[in-house]
Amino acid sequence: MFEGGILMAKGLSRQAKRDMVAYSFIAPNFIGFAVFTLVPIVFAFALAFLNWDGSNPITFAGLDNFKQLGNDIFFKAALKNTVIYCIGTVPLTMIASLGLAIVLNQKVIGRGVFRTLSFFPYVASLVAVTSVWKMLFHPSKGPINNILHTVFHVPVEQLPQWFSGSLVLLSMILFSVWRFMGYYMVIYLAGLQGISAELYEAASLDGANTWQKFRYITWPQLHSTTFFVVVMLTINCFKVYDVAIMLAGGGSGELTTSSTVLVYYIYQKAFIDWKLGYSSAVAMVLFLMVFVVTMIQFRGQKKYQS
Amino acid sequence: MKSARRKAALSKTLVYIILIIIAALMVIPFIWMLSASIKSDRQVFQMNPFVLIPETPKWSNYHDIWVKIPLLKFVENTVFLTIVVTLLQLLTSSFAAYSFAKLDFKHKNSLFFAYIATIAMPWQVYMVPQFIMMRKFGLNDKLLAIICLQAFSAFGVFMMKQFYEGIPDELCEAARIDGMSEYRIYASIMLPLSKPSLATLTIFTFVNTWNDYLGPLIYLKSESKKTIQLGLKMFISQYSSDYGLIMAGSVLSLIPVLVVFLCLQKYFVEGVAATGLKG
Repeated sequence: MFEGGILMAKGLSRQAKRDMVAYSFIAPNFIGFAVFTLVPIVFAFALAFLNWDGSNPITFAGLDNFKQLGNDIFFKAALKNTVIYCIGTVPLTMIASLGLAIVLNQKVIGRGVFRTLSFFPYVASLVAVTSVWKMLFHPSKGPINNILHTVFHVPVEQLPQWFSGSLVLLSMILFSVWRFMGYYMVIYLAGLQGISAELYEAASLDGANTWQKFRYITWPQLHSTTFFVVVMLTINCFKVYDVAIMLAGGGSGELTTSSTVLVYYIYQKAFIDWKLGYSSAVAMVLFLMVFVVTMIQFRGQKKYQS
Repeated sequence: MKSARRKAALSKTLVYIILIIIAALMVIPFIWMLSASIKSDRQVFQMNPFVLIPETPKWSNYHDIWVKIPLLKFVENTVFLTIVVTLLQLLTSSFAAYSFAKLDFKHKNSLFFAYIATIAMPWQVYMVPQFIMMRKFGLNDKLLAIICLQAFSAFGVFMMKQFYEGIPDELCEAARIDGMSEYRIYASIMLPLSKPSLATLTIFTFVNTWNDYLGPLIYLKSESKKTIQLGLKMFISQYSSDYGLIMAGSVLSLIPVLVVFLCLQKYFVEGVAATGLKG
């Protein structure tokens, strides 16, 4: 079957033959990875310094694309919204998932069921869950505003418009906390199970109360887990896109300055305006943000491992 | 003594109250979805009184959604994509990971570095040049584009490599002495041993591919190529007030992913937990 190969291999040393076998294992994945990931990455860096609309000749732009970013109100809005979304989502998700993990770490009936349920929002498709969310928070007909009106007597004209203006980011944050807390809860649960029970027993003997046990045992013992959770959450929040489109995008799916985010702006500049170079410059900003957080993560990992 | 027991009982009650509130928050949107999916558009927002199951459930929503949009086509496309991507991902990454974990060869470190270097690189940063390239290859508006995009991730290689490194080298050595080829060792020793991590990779890839929105949005333009997510979103923007139908479509789009999740949830939870312990 491999006659040609064997004949060829006869001339090769043992090590070379072994190399060939190793490469044959790697090749299927690596070729796909190189063509569809590595090449576009190199291309992305180059594109940020060029002007191109995808069909006409390419011209060199130097740093022009980056200079333009400073005067672009849509870019600034996208950057600002992404950062605000991140600042809201990361701590809230962290606190919610840690709290949930601590509660679930007790001996309670139906622990497995709770854990499964809290994962549903994460695995369920975004289009489906955001459309429910939009019904529940519907400004004029939704049950949330209905309760605000009938139970808390909020006048109709003051009912919150959850998906427009300044509240849209808050809606995105609340939605994301709901969606992600089950996922990070599992990470915390694994961390909690790694804490030795002796620590708590000793603390109980010393008469520590629940808060003191949390403050002096649980929290410090979970430092590396928290660090990891915060890093992962931050990077994921920087990449936010579909939540914004689904919750804030109208029929046409366009976002205004109150809800636009970096990834949406990359998409818009490239696939609607066909300013590929400029879009890539925005992408570089996103890359830098993620890169910095990743570097912090590498540093932290070294610290926690030693 | 009595007060201590009382205190314990009190804190237990508190724990359960918190749990029930959280569980309700998690589940209410899904119950609402199910309930709205069998209601008429007039009943959907009726709050006073709120009925979970209307007297005459509008089952026709589950029929009409298939007629109003080519849902069957969307399901076919999504199922096809998800299965092909998941299989390719499992096969190619476990293959590559075996080599990185158990074989010694020239340029091993630099090849692996290529994977590592992309960790800090979100797909969103290079999605535009990737699209331009795929268009050049003639893959615009082709399902194959999504396969190329999703099937060769670095994530799969990392995960499988880590698992294989946990398997003792002696096992491979012994098999080599017995005259087994590397391919046989991979197929008859490593692959069967790695079932748990293959299951983890399966569920992650399945959920990601099934739920992906931005990738298909960029590539799949014609209606006959759309996935469920795209199709459902298209339907929502066209008929934004057909709430009953939207909810019926949403329920249908969730079923496969929830079934896979419930079957493989143990591996999913273990996979997620492991990512945290690494850090």
